[in-house]
Amino acid sequence: MNISAIQSAPAAATAPVVAMRGVHKSFGPLKVLDGVSFEVARGEVTVLIGRSGSGKSTALRCIDRFETIDGGEIEVCGRRVDDARLDLRALRLDVGIVFQSYNLFPHLTIEENITLAPHAVKGVPKAEARALAAKVLAQVGLEEKLHAYPEQLSGGQQQRAAIARSLAMQPKVMLFDEVTSALDPELTGEVLKVIEALAADGMTMVMVTHEMGFARGIADQVVFMHKGKVHEAGPADILSSPSTPELAQFVGTGL
Amino acid sequence: MGGALNLNHLLFLGHGALWTIGLSVIALVGGGLAGFLVALGRVSPSRTLRLLAATYVQLIQGTPLLVIMFLSFFGLAAIGFNISPLAAAGASMTIFVAAYLGEIWRGCIEAVPRPQWEAAEGLALSRTQRMVKVILPQAIRIATPPTVGFMVQIIKNTSLASVVGFVELTRSGQIINNSMFEPFLIYSIIAVVYFSLCYPLSRLSRRLERTALQKKPALA
Amino acid sequence: MGLELDFSVVLDRWRSLLDGAALTLELAFIAVVCGAVIGVFGAIGRRGGNPLVERLCGAYVEGIRNTPLLVQIFLVYFGLSSLGLKCSAFTVAAVALTINVGAYTTEIMRAGFDSIVKGQIEAAEGLGLSKAQIYWHVIIWPGIERVYPALTSQFVLLMLASSVTSQISAEELTAVANYIQSETYRSFETYIVVALIYLALSFVMRFGFWLLGLALFPRRRRLGTPL
Repeated sequence: MNISAIQSAPAAATAPVVAMRGVHKSFGPLKVLDGVSFEVARGEVTVLIGRSGSGKSTALRCIDRFETIDGGEIEVCGRRVDDARLDLRALRLDVGIVFQSYNLFPHLTIEENITLAPHAVKGVPKAEARALAAKVLAQVGLEEKLHAYPEQLSGGQQQRAAIARSLAMQPKVMLFDEVTSALDPELTGEVLKVIEALAADGMTMVMVTHEMGFARGIADQVVFMHKGKVHEAGPADILSSPSTPELAQFVGTGL
Repeated sequence: MGGALNLNHLLFLGHGALWTIGLSVIALVGGGLAGFLVALGRVSPSRTLRLLAATYVQLIQGTPLLVIMFLSFFGLAAIGFNISPLAAAGASMTIFVAAYLGEIWRGCIEAVPRPQWEAAEGLALSRTQRMVKVILPQAIRIATPPTVGFMVQIIKNTSLASVVGFVELTRSGQIINNSMFEPFLIYSIIAVVYFSLCYPLSRLSRRLERTALQKKPALA
Repeated sequence: MGLELDFSVVLDRWRSLLDGAALTLELAFIAVVCGAVIGVFGAIGRRGGNPLVERLCGAYVEGIRNTPLLVQIFLVYFGLSSLGLKCSAFTVAAVALTINVGAYTTEIMRAGFDSIVKGQIEAAEGLGLSKAQIYWHVIIWPGIERVYPALTSQFVLLMLASSVTSQISAEELTAVANYIQSETYRSFETYIVVALIYLALSFVMRFGFWLLGLALFPRRRRLGTPL
């Protein structure tokens, strides 16, 4: 393991929003996470990269408790996610997650998709929720699709709507799980632009992605995972000058 | 004043159960043959045949089996055709089963992938040859799970034959009850017998469906 | 021998036939509404969490689906009276039909709920919705929409099957037919007319469910595509 140029965190002024410490996880006999540690500070964009099976998606899902861990600690917004007594609802108010397959609710309009959670979970009155929906949709550039159904939107539009749906809950940190991998190439740009704008606004983010060029531009921290371990971590320029042969090969093959 | 449930009663129920199975077989065979014709009619190139078959199916599927039974037994008797309860029950079940199995089998014929039809046409087979050699064999395989499942419906529906006096399992129970007056016990036993006839078929049908899903469909 | 059919004596009694048809629809309506509720809870029970609940729901479904409705009606009839409850034939019929259709509805709804992909549920969890909220907003209504044609067919079958309740003297359409033919001796004509009325009722029911579907599923109404 070779950690190069660990970025100097602002001296203890703010605790990390996300902290993984020595996380272990197995699916049966298969060890997927083998002592994973990294931290994400407020307003920081961390990009997880690695081959399929390196454990990056699993690590991301563990942050929002979609997988439970076998060992180690995960702390998100001051809460211990690995604690069995965790208030899941409170965690998910703080964490927004966007999936590879968008997972919009097909039987609801885009507006209803967005207003559902604020109204049902936070008790926001319907009229206010609708105003909020219009606002976040405008943020992702889809204000005219308010009353459309997901099947009437392109893949890129659906993914942007899914981002808006998560944004409406005003999370403290956003997780993106390979959100452009299922899209046709010409549609990825519109989604990446939205993510870029969010980062510029100061949203704390953890992203799993294959888009190396995008990662180079947006990441404050890149975490390269290999065989369930954090193989190399540092600022975005480790992609141009990798210290380990595995990362060099990974970036070279452009996977 | 009724006696306790004794061996004679159980034998009588067993005899009724045998007739339940017998009537079910008659319905399956008769209804199966007729249903096959109905299915062929539904996919026939002749518009008249298609219309006739469709009308038949709509009529029968929109009528309760009980009414068909009454019609065949009391209705025919009233206009001069006296037939036995067995004949009435058998005819009613055949008519009923033909409509439902015909629809199920039509669906299975249509479920054979289009490329199969086209391949057979491309080989210059006549329509009959196409049906017999290419389509039907595949349709039969698709049809096996739902047909086995429908056999459960047939067995259950034979209970209605009791209403026209045919002595199958349910009627046997009614007869015993007239001397014993333990209706809840008797009908519970009858329910258990029906269950032991039907449940294995239900399980078999589900297992067939699972294996059918796992097998890869033949590529064109 | 000439075949003399006289439909007029039957059609003269159109008021009784109408009453019988109305009762048939009433029975069907009650059984459908109660059965649908049973179906939703039964399907939720079968889908898991509690293994005891799963097994109970499974036993209920298999028990009903593998025994004839006629026998079930007798069991309810004699069972209720042996418990000392004096119920009208209508009540017994409604209870038996509800129990029966509840089992079939459970299976159909379970298929509908199972068709909701895991990703949908994860997205809802990620938004912080509770289990009950997820069921209501993401699983139950889209699930019902998916299996709505199967549900409609099952409910029409139930209406036809209600004819069997004539055997415990519920005064629905078939019982009325039996009564008319015993009075007029015109069995053939009576049962033909009644068969046609049932056919008409099944069309009416299908149309009613189609309209209900338009009201319940706005997306279907607007886009016309299956879910």
